[in-house]
Amino acid sequence: MADGPLTWKNFIGGFVVDKPGNAAEYQTGGWRSQKPVWDNTKCIKCGVCYIYCPEPCIRQTAEGYFESDLFYCKGCGICARECWTNAIKMVQEEEV
Amino acid sequence: MEKFSIYAPRLVNPEENFAPGHRACIGCGEVLAVRYALKALGPNVIAANATGCMEIISSCLPTTSWKIPWIHVLFENASAVISGVEAARKVLARRGKIPPGRVFCLAMGGDGATSDIGLQSLSGALERGHDFLYICFDNEAYMNTGVQRSSSTPYGASTTTAPPGKLSIGQWSQKKNMAAIAAAHNIPYVATACSSYPFDLMAKVKKAAEVKGPAYVHVLSVCPTGWRHATDITIQMGRLAVESGIFPLYEVENGRYKLTFDFPKLRPVKQYLKLQGRFRHLKDEEMDKIQKQVDKEWLKLKSLVGMAGEKKPVPVPAQVEGRAQRAERKGQSAKGKAQRAKRQGLKTSGTKTTPTRRPRKKSKKVSRRGKK
Amino acid sequence: MSHRTGLEVSHAAAEAVKLARVEVVAAYPITPNTHVPERIAEMVANGELDAEFIPVESEHSAMSACVGSSAAGARTFTATSGQGLELMHEVMSVASSMRLPIVLSLANRALSSPLSVWGDHSDVMAIRDCGWIQVFAENGQQTFDLLLWAFRVGEDPRVSFPVIVNFDGFHVTHVIEPVFIADQAEVDRYLPPFKPNAVLDPRRPVTMGAYGPPFIYSETKKAQDFALHQAKEVMLQGFAEFEKIFGRKYNFVETYKAEGAKVLLMVIGSFAETAMDLVDKLREKGEAVGLVRIRLWRPFPQEELRQAVRGAETLIVLDRAMCFGTLAPVVSEVKAALYPEEKRPRIVSFVGGLGGRDVRLEEFEYMVKRGIELAQKGQEEAYETIGIR
Repeated sequence: MADGPLTWKNFIGGFVVDKPGNAAEYQTGGWRSQKPVWDNTKCIKCGVCYIYCPEPCIRQTAEGYFESDLFYCKGCGICARECWTNAIKMVQEEEV
Repeated sequence: MEKFSIYAPRLVNPEENFAPGHRACIGCGEVLAVRYALKALGPNVIAANATGCMEIISSCLPTTSWKIPWIHVLFENASAVISGVEAARKVLARRGKIPPGRVFCLAMGGDGATSDIGLQSLSGALERGHDFLYICFDNEAYMNTGVQRSSSTPYGASTTTAPPGKLSIGQWSQKKNMAAIAAAHNIPYVATACSSYPFDLMAKVKKAAEVKGPAYVHVLSVCPTGWRHATDITIQMGRLAVESGIFPLYEVENGRYKLTFDFPKLRPVKQYLKLQGRFRHLKDEEMDKIQKQVDKEWLKLKSLVGMAGEKKPVPVPAQVEGRAQRAERKGQSAKGKAQRAKRQGLKTSGTKTTPTRRPRKKSKKVSRRGKK
Repeated sequence: MSHRTGLEVSHAAAEAVKLARVEVVAAYPITPNTHVPERIAEMVANGELDAEFIPVESEHSAMSACVGSSAAGARTFTATSGQGLELMHEVMSVASSMRLPIVLSLANRALSSPLSVWGDHSDVMAIRDCGWIQVFAENGQQTFDLLLWAFRVGEDPRVSFPVIVNFDGFHVTHVIEPVFIADQAEVDRYLPPFKPNAVLDPRRPVTMGAYGPPFIYSETKKAQDFALHQAKEVMLQGFAEFEKIFGRKYNFVETYKAEGAKVLLMVIGSFAETAMDLVDKLREKGEAVGLVRIRLWRPFPQEELRQAVRGAETLIVLDRAMCFGTLAPVVSEVKAALYPEEKRPRIVSFVGGLGGRDVRLEEFEYMVKRGIELAQKGQEEAYETIGIR
């Protein structure tokens, strides 16, 4: 799609999308009912949470710990389930 | 389970060629498998995707999750589309219109796109020997349209078009063995993988891509929505599938079978079935039936593994023993008798035969060779 | 310079494809198109043509492989007939929506059942609304010429649509005819290398074939239809340039001795040649009868058609296909095109030449006589089937 409004005049050829990965504009965090919370005192920085994130939206901070980008996190709970040291807890969104 | 050392992020390609913001269900194992596959392949790849979950969750106009060149055409033709891409790149490189060097050609589809509607185009592309990799992301039903049965749905599972009822157990047929079908094309590389074993999956995808000619990887993609289990146990479900032997991980390299993980003792398949809503209606005797089938298939697979590269004759498991072999084993054919005698160190000349040593009793155990 | 040689029309088509320096051909055998891909496979096998020939396992895969190849930036060709086109059907609309300039030579064949390998226009009429540019050739020379034109027009970045060149199964495909075969330098002058608007390439990743939810689907279709209408200008340029280089003239709607004609015959495809013989005969007798041939079938040349029939009192249309339950395909287009005209001819519809049956000179003569009669009586509502028993 060329830049500009979403009108029929703005397509490129056969509706080609020429901005790789632009789905990242789309927020999927709204689907979530729980979110992962890290207890960094238990975290051994192994990165299993990062490996198993289906979005992927778990990233490593400068200190080497991990956090979830809540713009995308759908709250599946895989990270909490797979964490070797139980450093991640899923908490209800309302509780925050 | 797969033992990867800690500090996993250092071990993998940090590049994510599949952007977040995709519309996959919560806890999707399939999108995880796609993510690993793309990590393994890197940026130098062109993908053709069949219609299905991965297509629909990733490419809502005017956006895309893909950071690699990607094309979706239809449900049943990803293999034919990639055949065209591969052929085009070959001739364009020959004519100097694109830089030389290899770009991986990837076709992918779900189990419906692979084992049902797209089987013909896949078979054609494998047989013609195009240099491409096909990945089947198998979530064991038509999940994108609302959990209808496919030929890859396992026996006993409940789907919307094979629902259990007074007269039905649900899926009445056995899961189609796509990896074996692919292997029957005598292609250089076939493997099974699962998103619960990311490093194994990445290694296999990489190997498959690097092999010259067609390669096929069949990935069990855990689907919390269709299998009806909690979203956080996706990884656990994949592990149970592998450890129970209902979905064994193996490779077939140039016709040689190799088990990825061998287990001295398989987990009871019940552990896997009980966690899923799609098997909730099964009674104990049905689960036992599934267990027997899993054991049988496991033995069959182990026998194939046992045959790989063996120079000495290998005991044939009872299940696959042919009439001639049975006759030979029982010493009923003259030729068989001679061969048997030779093998056992007997002299066959003369009227009298004296064993030089006592013939070993032939074991009927079939799993003996399988273990390494 | 071009040289004139006698050869089977299917082989002339293959020569055009070779001279176009085609890069990928994916095809599946089906009568009566088979001689085209056979000849191309032979050219590839003995090094006459540096291309990839993909002997696919079905027509569905043939068109799918063409989509992949064109999307990867290669000049792409396929050929089929009848049932083969039906099996391609699903992929046809994808190719045009994705704006991939594949060229398809279609040896027109009847549709089953009953099975018939022989010619009529049922196959192309079933896919007429798939968004492809569609032209009809009437003989070997036109088949050769229009294939070159198809690559040039389809691949023009202002057009970027796939093109079907129709030529009648057996009546044209299997006939040995004298054809002017252009030389390579001339063709190279006419046909620049293919430079696609977007291409599958890791150096600049794009997504092709994304899905369109209701909020955007209508916009995609409007854009596509607009572009197909716009393509007519480039098509005319393609004809003009063709005439300049090769000396043969084409148009969307072509007439034969139509000046001052009170009665016009209208034909699509190779039967035009028989119709011409009849027009010659009747003109000799002093009857004001002429012929209109439809060259461009999609996008349908409504305005050009109106101009071509202006002044005629009776228009007799011969279709080589039926649209079950409604008017035959060509006559229904013609009626729709002429409806806005204040003064329009009476239109009489005939269907003939189904499943390979010939429509002979006498039958054309009957059509004219009967057409005039029905028009005068005002009884032209229904259609008549030629030679039916």
